[in-house]
Amino acid sequence: MEEMEVIFRIKRFDGEREYWSNFVIPAKKGMTVLEGLFYVKENYDSSLAFRASCRMGICGSCAIKINGKPKLACETQILHLNSNKIKVEPLDNFKVIKDLITEFEGFFVKHSRVKPYLIRKEDNYAEPVELIQKPSQLSKYYDYSLCIKCGACYSVCPASSSRDDYLGPAAMASAYRFIADSRDEGYKERMEIVCGDCGVWRCHFAGECSEVCPKGVEPAKAIQKLRFKSALYMLRKLFMG
Amino acid sequence: MRIRSDIVIVGAGLAGLRAAISAAEVSNQLSIAIISKTYPIRCHSVCAEGGTAAVLSEEDSFDLHAWDTVKGSDFLADQPAVELFVREMPNEILRLDNWGCPWSRTDDGRIAQRPFGGHSFNRTVFAADRTGFHEVHTLYERMLMYPNITRFEEYFVTNLAIEDNEVKGLTAIELKTGELVLFEAKAVILATGGAGRLFGFTTYSHQVTGDGMAIAFRAGVPLKDMEFFQFHPTGLIPSGILMTEACRGEGGYLINRNEERFMKNYAPERMELAPRDVVARSMWREIIEGRGFDSPYGPYIALDLTHLGEDKIDERLPLIRSASIKFAGVDPVEEPIPVRPVAHYTMGGVHTNMNCETNIRGLYAAGEVACVSIHGANRLGSNSTAECLVFGRIAGEKAAEYALKKNYYPSTDFLKEEESKINSLLKESGDESPYQIKSELNKTMDENLWIFRNEEGMMDALRKINELKERYANISITDKSRRFNTDLTFAIEVGFMLDLAEVVVLGALKRKESRGAHFRTDYPERDDENWLKHTLAHYTKDGIEFSYIPVEITKWEPVERKY
Repeated sequence: MEEMEVIFRIKRFDGEREYWSNFVIPAKKGMTVLEGLFYVKENYDSSLAFRASCRMGICGSCAIKINGKPKLACETQILHLNSNKIKVEPLDNFKVIKDLITEFEGFFVKHSRVKPYLIRKEDNYAEPVELIQKPSQLSKYYDYSLCIKCGACYSVCPASSSRDDYLGPAAMASAYRFIADSRDEGYKERMEIVCGDCGVWRCHFAGECSEVCPKGVEPAKAIQKLRFKSALYMLRKLFMG
Repeated sequence: MRIRSDIVIVGAGLAGLRAAISAAEVSNQLSIAIISKTYPIRCHSVCAEGGTAAVLSEEDSFDLHAWDTVKGSDFLADQPAVELFVREMPNEILRLDNWGCPWSRTDDGRIAQRPFGGHSFNRTVFAADRTGFHEVHTLYERMLMYPNITRFEEYFVTNLAIEDNEVKGLTAIELKTGELVLFEAKAVILATGGAGRLFGFTTYSHQVTGDGMAIAFRAGVPLKDMEFFQFHPTGLIPSGILMTEACRGEGGYLINRNEERFMKNYAPERMELAPRDVVARSMWREIIEGRGFDSPYGPYIALDLTHLGEDKIDERLPLIRSASIKFAGVDPVEEPIPVRPVAHYTMGGVHTNMNCETNIRGLYAAGEVACVSIHGANRLGSNSTAECLVFGRIAGEKAAEYALKKNYYPSTDFLKEEESKINSLLKESGDESPYQIKSELNKTMDENLWIFRNEEGMMDALRKINELKERYANISITDKSRRFNTDLTFAIEVGFMLDLAEVVVLGALKRKESRGAHFRTDYPERDDENWLKHTLAHYTKDGIEFSYIPVEITKWEPVERKY
């Protein structure tokens, strides 16, 4: 079986000191960067801190910077990187807590700000009734519901990096996901946030968020659609009160 | 630090999230804390793929769903609990619909359903092959609407405070700071999931180490039926990533090296859609008898979807396609997926009744951590996410009713006690590595507690676990810092797993029969006369003690199980 020695150069942080550690990984065919990190933890330095959960690209825990690009460590095969040196760093635009672990609290607060839930005028908890949704209606928002909140988009967003109050690409994609859902009745409430000071007009249209998204969610496209809706919404508000 | 909350929920997967919403619906005056060692949407429930079972069609019936479940359980399920479960399910599906879950739909916009193993009606509701993911996100986002629910994310629970048979709260490490926090609570709900990482080849996420089960066990709550572990027929090799049963529900075949759909020899009627224990055993027999395919990662069976066509695969099984391309370099549109049975589900768990109550006042459990039992000796596919919804709701309601009636009983010394325990663990500088111990534990479980078991192998495993326990007393923790110390939490998890492994092995050794997922080559028959009963394992100072309680059989007498 193919095997190659690869050096992991990992950026470390212990709360006070920032430094780099190098480790030699015997990389086999199919071995992922996440498995490489576990190899380090189990064999060289058990103090190495990183997040991992599902190891199948659905939980969003392990987004880190690999050779300069944000990726899910669990989905990235070492040998596919075609390099015998791999630089591993925490995501940009997030405060580092320890080694590869970054602070996500603010990111999730921003997500919650767009009211990312179905808003219904009548909320019948005790006796719910089936809401009809045709496959064509489902497909209007479905791709945007695939966001795993890994933070990759946020880490490359120039607007998020320069303005701390911008809600960011993941939150905007989430806003669009609910606005485009035929079952939702919260258009106005959500548009107020989307059009607001922290919303879509902050975006610089760098488009990198869509490029790095491991799930193909395309936040930039969501933002574009939201801007169009925002313009209409604001005009209507201006003329009709 | 001390935090007071009327209800504390441990675990933020499907069951925990559902419990939080349910408690908040009972009263907006209750303070509800939901604690999880990962962010909620990083939980293992997001890995559930195929679907959630519910009776939605008039041609289906509660009795039929219940019967399928009872037969699937090899008659070890408690029938009143199963009947409650199936009746509550339809509303749970509709609630998720009303809360935004992107259920897959029929052409006329109704909630679609697909066939699944062991179900005699197409009753599995699904959201493509990302059902758990969408359910978790829907519940998490719905939870944001309730101001009286507070999330404590990345808190690692270490112990329960129990005095006079009554729960008082629990301690948890705030990972970011390393500080041990005491949560004082009127009621506690455990929703921490299964114990699948006992095994090496497993579908489970890394963090599913049975913490809630082990903590409850040590605190005096019996564990029920822990010898029953489910092996899912189709784990991708070499990673063990789940290839959903929906692959077969949508028409996929299992093929051996003779190009044979070998299930015709084992379950001629249901073929690939027999229950998981039957299919996994058949596959393992094919492998043992040399009819598997060879690979650098050991023998495998081919899961063939090629005849389904690209359109159907992309619509119904998109995650399966991308995962098998990414992780095995195989495009299922072009060629079969290499799979092998894989440790997948913990049928056993914390002993509860139908109200999710344990033997400790104020302590509840729901979801995979609990054993009600509706799955008995073998769970049917798409009944687990369903269980989390129904019993998560019940646990939330019962805990809320209980908390509303109760005053605070803060437990004062508990924090200090637990702090000194953690401190001394942190100071350990022996010469054993918890990583090595875990890897040896996984090896012995994979070898000896796998699909075919026997006394000799299990005795080997028992000796090994005892050895590992002794070595565990002499571990070293390299990272001495407080901040996000995953070295420390890993070591604690290994301790939990060693306790649970012992319960699994002893329970399996004692049960001298084959039932559902527990198959013994030395006792290959089901023995209703002696073993139609639940195992209860009790923690005592002098070791584990076992007792047995009867199965509740109200409607369906055990018969021979054929598919």
